[in-house]
Amino acid sequence: MINRFLPKLRRLLPLTPALFLSGCTLDLLDPRGPVGIQNRNIILIELAVMLSIVIPVIIMTLYFAWKYRETNTSAEYLPNWDHSTKIEFFVWGIPAVVIIILGTIALWTSYTLDPYRPLHSAEAAGRKPLNVEVVALDWKWLFIYPDQGIATVNQLAVPVNTPINFRITSDAVMTSFFIPRLGSQVYAMAGMQTQLHLLASAPGDYLGEAAHYTGRGFSDMKFRTLAMSDDDFNQWVDKVKGASDSLDSADYPQVAAPQEAAPVKYFAHVQPNLFDSIVAKYNNGMVIDKSTGQVMHMQSAMSDMQMKE
Amino acid sequence: MLGKLTLSAIPLDVPILVGTFTGVVIVALAVLGAITYFGKWGYLWREWLTSVDHKRLGIMYIVLALVMLFRGFADAVMMRSQLALAYNGNPGYLPPHHYDQVFSAHGTIMIFFMAMAFMTGLLNVIVPLQIGARDVAFPFLNSLSFWMTTISAVLINVSLFIGEFAQCGWLVYPPLSEQQFSPGVGVDYYIWAVQLAGVGTLLTGVNFFVTIVKMRAPGMDWMKLPVFTWTALVTVVLIMAVFPVLTVTLGELALDRYLGMHFFTNDGGGSVQLYLSLIWTWGHPEVYILILPAFGVFSEITQTFSRKPLFGYRVMVYATLAIGVLSFIVWVHHFFTMGAGPNVNAFFGVATMIIAVPTGVKIFNWLFTMYKGRIQLNGMMYWVIGFMVVFSIGGMTGVMMAMPAADFVLHNSLFLIAHFHNVIIGGVYFGYVAGLNFWWPKVLGFKMNESWGKRAFWCWFIGFFVAFVPLYIAGFEGMTRRMNHYDNADWHVQMLIASGGAASLLWVLSASCCRSMSRSVIAILQRTVTSRVIRGMHVRWNGRCHRPRRLTTSPFYRTFMESIRSIPKSRSVVVAMKARR
Amino acid sequence: MANLSATPHGSAHDDHEHHGTNNVFGFWVYLMTDCILFGTLFATFAVMRTQFAGGPTGKELFELNGVGLETALLLLSSITFGFGMLSAFAQKRGAMLVWLAITFLLGLGFLVLELREFANLIHEGAGPDRSAFLSAFFTLVATHGLHVTCGLVWIAIVMIQSFTPQVFTTRYMDKLQCLSLFWHFLDIVWICVFTFVYLLSVI
Repeated sequence: MINRFLPKLRRLLPLTPALFLSGCTLDLLDPRGPVGIQNRNIILIELAVMLSIVIPVIIMTLYFAWKYRETNTSAEYLPNWDHSTKIEFFVWGIPAVVIIILGTIALWTSYTLDPYRPLHSAEAAGRKPLNVEVVALDWKWLFIYPDQGIATVNQLAVPVNTPINFRITSDAVMTSFFIPRLGSQVYAMAGMQTQLHLLASAPGDYLGEAAHYTGRGFSDMKFRTLAMSDDDFNQWVDKVKGASDSLDSADYPQVAAPQEAAPVKYFAHVQPNLFDSIVAKYNNGMVIDKSTGQVMHMQSAMSDMQMKE
Repeated sequence: MLGKLTLSAIPLDVPILVGTFTGVVIVALAVLGAITYFGKWGYLWREWLTSVDHKRLGIMYIVLALVMLFRGFADAVMMRSQLALAYNGNPGYLPPHHYDQVFSAHGTIMIFFMAMAFMTGLLNVIVPLQIGARDVAFPFLNSLSFWMTTISAVLINVSLFIGEFAQCGWLVYPPLSEQQFSPGVGVDYYIWAVQLAGVGTLLTGVNFFVTIVKMRAPGMDWMKLPVFTWTALVTVVLIMAVFPVLTVTLGELALDRYLGMHFFTNDGGGSVQLYLSLIWTWGHPEVYILILPAFGVFSEITQTFSRKPLFGYRVMVYATLAIGVLSFIVWVHHFFTMGAGPNVNAFFGVATMIIAVPTGVKIFNWLFTMYKGRIQLNGMMYWVIGFMVVFSIGGMTGVMMAMPAADFVLHNSLFLIAHFHNVIIGGVYFGYVAGLNFWWPKVLGFKMNESWGKRAFWCWFIGFFVAFVPLYIAGFEGMTRRMNHYDNADWHVQMLIASGGAASLLWVLSASCCRSMSRSVIAILQRTVTSRVIRGMHVRWNGRCHRPRRLTTSPFYRTFMESIRSIPKSRSVVVAMKARR
Repeated sequence: MANLSATPHGSAHDDHEHHGTNNVFGFWVYLMTDCILFGTLFATFAVMRTQFAGGPTGKELFELNGVGLETALLLLSSITFGFGMLSAFAQKRGAMLVWLAITFLLGLGFLVLELREFANLIHEGAGPDRSAFLSAFFTLVATHGLHVTCGLVWIAIVMIQSFTPQVFTTRYMDKLQCLSLFWHFLDIVWICVFTFVYLLSVI
């Protein structure tokens, strides 16, 4: 249903003051994935509904102030009038109707746009999802591709039109994993695993950010998201596999050490279950497998990794 | 604990700080010198510093708020100018270490020491007069609250020159604020200052609750209470309900830092989510604590200058109560992106939107108070009309972010920053300034300058849009808050425009401050003439008022200065001396 | 001073004669905020009660015998304070002093037992820095203990003040009533601590 409104709303776009400053890319209003498109549509619908009440209120305010100004003695003056049940009815009714409309949308989209919800429609089209594990570090992002057995720092490559299943944690402070042009963000927290499902529908180089402040190196804690065709992606994987470094629990503390404006790094090989070990070290060596709900013990891996104290 | 501070904590190597410090010292010496020269130490000590009179405490609260407004505003200008410069490899003039302190201090000071102090000041000055009470229920406690707030404010400003301030934002989210990631004294300054001010505010809340419940003039039943006092009552109930939560939250953070406990740490079973829930259980009602008295001010002003009773007084009261109750069940909207699940998000999203209903009702009621009135379009009505325009837009963006699915992309962006400055400046600040204007004659016996008041309004009104519309746009461009430098050309455009807005706000702030002050000095000198000439007029502001405001005839409604002069030994002194005994 | 004590803010205070009730009412309101403070601490404990971080659990640590004795002492002290209040209302200073002294000793006994429990736990390596569960436990129980300590100081003060001419003035009785509210409030909080912290952890 939203998609039917879309072309009409798009035509309204130039009316928003935002576009008076043409030439700027409004990332959120020009998304490159189905999640972002839905976020955008909701924002525009909300804007339209709210403006339909806000604009009349502003006009009424200015009009009343002008019409009933002191010097305009020809205007009607009712010095003791302070109640009208009819007006009260509308005064409560109009905001209530608006909120019922928006509240229904809020209820509905809380479920359809839940970041934990896999993108079934894309999967149905026969695309196997890509798993990416994300670790927020001080002040950089570590991406682990468990199926490919590779890892990168500050660079995320994804094939287009493929659902990406992110598992997100942090091995430092709390922050938020956000690629504005693809849509929703989700927090990264130590000892927790959050999930996010995104899809890039067009090739491109998109900015990825730590949306939540993380301290000294925060401003440079960003990464490039390279959305590319399947072939390009396979080539990229091969390129990473050709790198000289590899990542296991012995190397990990050096990689995780605080660093500002960290350069892109490739790891040709990554130790299996590294992500689980990072989550487990804040949970007394235990981690829950979200797909099965089983508690796994990661004691051995944890003993290799130095606990940050 | 405090042993961390050494001589090297004084940042002699940062020229900005040394310059600021020198400036502060020069101004302080000038003020102290002037007091000594005019031989006013005894007067200052007896009549003001040790006073427990609600009117004088109110004035001192407002003075504190204006001084802190200046400090917080200086921070804001520094942030805006840094972001206008720090583009594409240019580091700007504030290194992250300093910039992060500036934005943390800006938020902390503006909320706790500007807005809260301003609000408490207005409550102090007006509420006892409106209900016909001689003073608040516990005058000594009132003074204690004020001095706790003041000491905290001093503590925060000391951190500028000795040591450092927190670099974790104004709500010091753990684990960043834990010992592991912030070993410096900054967070300790924050904890001590906010804790002390918070307890002071809690005591104010208890004090005013008892005052309003127990000390109303005979015959003033609940539906005759002036609207401002109603909003004050709901505000103090909210204060009593949520400030203990703040105390516990910061106490637990302090225990984490000082005794190695594990409430909010990454390890040891600590939980960041718990901190977020607790701090926003306080934090969300806190914004209603700030806005409700501003709503009260707008109601008083609108009815006075429209020369009509407030439209739907009862409805206003119920709407205020509804906002108060609803403010407790919305706090999760500050972290929809934590992954709490669609059920939780949907509940809190819808609950947040429902608050827009009573708030919308209030806007409509002010509209219909103006409808078929005789509106005197003076400076105060300018603030009211400006508020209704700006606040409607702020309410709109607020409802937009209440939708979890939209918040997923707007959260933590500059859109959010623009939204809350939109409601805090357009709602709270406009309201308090209008209130100060409105009750100024009651306090000092003469009116504020009308044309400067209008000029100040226009600068704030236009300056607000110039400063914050670019931030809305930058939010849509994916720019997150609290960045120190960036390399995105689109963002740079917005940052340049916004700093222009900040500059125009700054100009008016300093201009209107100087102007008001010089105006005040002149007027005080000419007081004998001025107050006599306009007394009869200003006290009732020429307005037709809602029934309860007939109380203006009460003898307590003489101007303060007048009553202070007419009573040889002010009551406040008697009470203060007794309290000391 | 003494002659003004009934109207603490001076004789000109004719416009609100029920100032005495303001004190007790005001203190009661303050206690409600204190109640929220404890409520927050209980909420914290509820969140943290299984966060053992590999450390000892409540079941392993808590000895109900000692805690039961603490509870008995505190409950008894509430009763003795009640008798003290009755004596005060009857203006019997001697009896009041005896009851207050007994209350003070019972409270002190409670505090000593609590501190001994804390010392044992820390000695066993189960201090507040061991796990989130223990942080929440120590903070909640110690906050209550701190309140009891304040209550003891307050009891001592009213006992000393009973030797001045102020005794049994309205102002003195206000103070005593506030203290009474405070002491019974601590009792109620302790019952919640005993139930939600100790009993539920041991079961």
